Parts: sequence; C-alpha cells; structure tokens
Amino acid sequence: MPFGDCALLVEFGDTIDLEINRKVISLDKAILKARIRGVEELVQTYRSLLVRYDPLKIDYEKLVFRVKDIERTMEESSVGLKGRRITIPVAYGGEYGPDLRHVAQLHGLSEEQGVKLHSGRQYRVYMIGFVAGFPYLGEVADEIATPRLETPRLKVPAGSVGIAEKQTGIYPCEAPGGWQIIGRTPLELFNPQKQPPALLAPGDIVKFEPISEDQLEALRNKSR
Amino acid sequence: MRIFQVVKPGLFTTVQDVGRCGYLRYGVPVSGAMDQFSLVAANLLVGNNPSDACLETTLIGPELEVLAETQIAITGGDCSPKINGNSVLMWGTLTVENGDVVSFGRMQSGCRTYLSVRGGIDVPIALGSRSTYVRGGFGGMNGRQLKAGDTMEGFDAKRLRIEYSMPEEQVPIFTNQIKVHVIPGPQSDMFTEKGLDTFLSSEYTVTLEADRMGYRLEGSLIEHREKADIVSDALLPGAVQVPKSGKPIVIMRDAQTTGGYSKIAVVIAPDVSLLGQAKPNDIIEFSKITLRRAHMKLAEYCKLLDALKGTLVSK
Repeated sequence: MPFGDCALLVEFGDTIDLEINRKVISLDKAILKARIRGVEELVQTYRSLLVRYDPLKIDYEKLVFRVKDIERTMEESSVGLKGRRITIPVAYGGEYGPDLRHVAQLHGLSEEQGVKLHSGRQYRVYMIGFVAGFPYLGEVADEIATPRLETPRLKVPAGSVGIAEKQTGIYPCEAPGGWQIIGRTPLELFNPQKQPPALLAPGDIVKFEPISEDQLEALRNKSR
Repeated sequence: MRIFQVVKPGLFTTVQDVGRCGYLRYGVPVSGAMDQFSLVAANLLVGNNPSDACLETTLIGPELEVLAETQIAITGGDCSPKINGNSVLMWGTLTVENGDVVSFGRMQSGCRTYLSVRGGIDVPIALGSRSTYVRGGFGGMNGRQLKAGDTMEGFDAKRLRIEYSMPEEQVPIFTNQIKVHVIPGPQSDMFTEKGLDTFLSSEYTVTLEADRMGYRLEGSLIEHREKADIVSDALLPGAVQVPKSGKPIVIMRDAQTTGGYSKIAVVIAPDVSLLGQAKPNDIIEFSKITLRRAHMKLAEYCKLLDALKGTLVSK
C-alpha cells in the first residue's frame, strides 16, 4: 500500500512476532539484492517494510509487481537467515540502573534474580528506531516485563539499558524516555563516523553480560 | 575560507542541505531544509549546486559579519533582510564585502529563511550530508545550532560575478493558511468514516509544539474505530499520526524514524516544503489526492526545480 507519494509499505501483521519480523528481514535482504532501479532505501520495523522510491524512476504499479514477485520467490530461501551474535556488557542496578529495584520488587524478586532473568536469555533485534541506533529487543521474560514509567525522564544517559513491557532496549545517546532503566553498557551503539553507523541491525542476536561498575569504568576508558 | 562571523545566532539557525538518504534504517532521520524549494532556489541564485549547504533560520534571523568578499542569496520566509542596516531584496544575488553586516528584522511571512553563499557552506559531511541533526548531535556546525562567536567556513568558489533574480511569478507566497495534499493511509482503515471526514474537512491550527521534528495540531478531534496505537512502523516527513487524543501530529524532517501511532495520511513531498514554512497559529487544511495525480504533481515540481536555473534572470 502507498505511504505517501514516494514510499510504499509492505505490512506483514500488527503484532510483535518472530515469524512476521523474519519475513520483514528476508524481504529487506531480497529487495536489496535485487537492486531495483529507483528504490532509494528500505526501513525494517517489527512488522512492516518501508520502501522509499523515486516515482520519476519507477512507477508504483511496477514496483509493487516487482516486490510481490520477490516476496513469492524468497519464501524458500529465508530459512538460512541468521543474525550475528553480539554480547553487550552491562553494569546492572545502582546509579546506572535506577529502576532495577522497582522492576524486581514489582514482581517479588531480588535484584539479583532480576539481573539473572534479564541476562539469562538471548534477544532478537526486531528493529532500530526512536533515536539513531536504538535497538528494540525481544522478548523479556514475563517475570520482569514492566510497563513504562508513568512520567518519562527528560534525560536518560547514553548506554542505558531499559525495559518497556516485553521489550528491552539500549539508549545510544542521551534522550528523553520512559523505559525502566536497569543498567548501563559502555559500548558505543551509534557513531556517525562509522559505516554502518549503528552497532546492531535487525535480526541480530544479543546477549547481555553482567559486569561490575569498575569493569564498566575500565571498558569505558579503554574505548576512549 | 572564513566567510561569516556569527554576531547573534538568531532563534534557531542551522546548516542544512537537501538531507540524508539511506540512513533511516539505522534510525537516522532525513533532516535537511524544511523548505526544499527555497533551499534549491537560494543555491541556484549564487551559482551553486542545488544540493549545497545553506543556513536555515527560524522566525528570528541571525546577525552575521562578512569576513570575505562573496555573493549570497536569501530566500524562503520573508524576515526583512538587511545589509549594513539597509533593506535588501530577497530571491536575488547579493554581493557582500569584508566587514558588511547581514541582519534580519521582523518575520513578514513564512517561518524559515535560507541564506546561501557562493560555493556553499563548508562543514564536514556526516552520513552523506552536511545537514545538522541536533538531537543526534552530528552534521552541520558540530551537530548544533549556531551560536555567537562561531566562524562559518565557505568553499572557495572562484567564479565570475553573477547577478540573478527569480522571476516574480516563480516566487512562492507564504500565507497563514496552508493547503496541502495527502494520500490516505497506511492506517486510514483504523479511523471511522466520520473521522476521515473530519480530518479532510476541518482547519487545523499549528500549536506552539512545532519544530523540525514535527507539528502538533489543534482542531476537530479525529475519531478512531477502536485502537489508536499500532505496533511501531516506519515514519517519513509528511506522515500524519493521530494518537488516542484525536489531535493530529505532522511528522517533519528531524522526527524519529519509527512510531506507534496510527497514520491517517501522508502529505505529498512537494507540499511538505510548504509545511516547512508553517509557524504556530497558522492554519493547515488537508485535501485528498490520488497517487496518480500526486506523481504528476511531483514530476511538475521537479521540472520546475530543473527549469529554475534557466528562468533566473540576469539583472
């Protein structure tokens, strides 16, 4: 369906769902590979793929036809799709994770149990959005899934790791935000000097690794 | 080459070009001039490439001291430009000397004014563009708006002196009543018939919450069928989101790249430039257009931009 006069949107559903997101990423890869003249860029989200095109170079009907064609033929090839595996060190709680206590208490857990639950599983990068390089990761264990803060913070520091419902995410830069902040990573998630500028991409598999505050400082100084 | 010393920065003055392409997938918005037509015109009037970097001012213009003889042009919203205190014409080439002072007065029409300099403004390219993205802290002048004391650099352009002006019939007129065309969707089916009707037949006022990211509008409430929120999908400039409140938000060039509110319609590209001149209290009206008509309009618009160079008159 059209998204204004210079883009089209391929919708796969309206839920956060692994299968739907896989289709989005497969179609993204397949369209990139097809190098269709007039296609300017693609944006992957939880459940849809946006295709920005130049209507002076390719007309809408022709583009829709091409995309449908690609979608049909890609179904068999999407099986081998594997994301990269990336470990993100996180100092949980304390000054760096001011909401960890609240998140744990809400579910009748100790902070240690909360950390264990958060770092004890793998997450998939469903999409990048909100601010440059911000990854939306899923899914958080039900035992620590927590709604956003009632009043968002005006400033969340760069590197903050947060929870919103069943999603977890990382703030690449200081930004306002309502996610429950449980820790901080020293990793740089976005750097406009780098190509690609974002550390993570949709489809990547992320694991969080608990580190101490001292280790956080050490890693931070090392990267400087 | 040092070109300007910023004496007063104005309300919000940034370096902008045509914007970024290819970085939405990393969460980086397109940025670039809010009024692309005026940016291109400003560049052509000094013999630049249409996509070169200019200054974009907002409501209150800066005061700049000229550090080297060059040529400039001022387009976009009319904010009463002056050189050494004397009023000068917009939409034409102006020659300035070392020590001249470029300043601006009251905003007569529109919201944003563009100032081009021969050769283009020289700031490092970040992610394929010189445009400032303040929230991301990159592009333009160290990723921020201008401040007093900044020295702006310009590319050396040893070109013959030119004297162009834009034919009067080509100069856009910016009024407080802005009519834009939209293509319904991608979530127009989440609204009732009545909701869609309200949207297309009402006047919406730009509120004070209006900046390069987007405009919150005030007016008749738009009715959803049930839900107002969706699982986040992509955003582009011109997208009209309607949260549960029923009050529309128009997405502009520095907005976040994804959003979870239902989108009732998307403003067509040439009209997003018109919206770029909207300021608080201006009225916006949306009317429906078919995709086919929109593409015809876009072709006309691009032809007009291409032809602009040929129609500039030598003074």
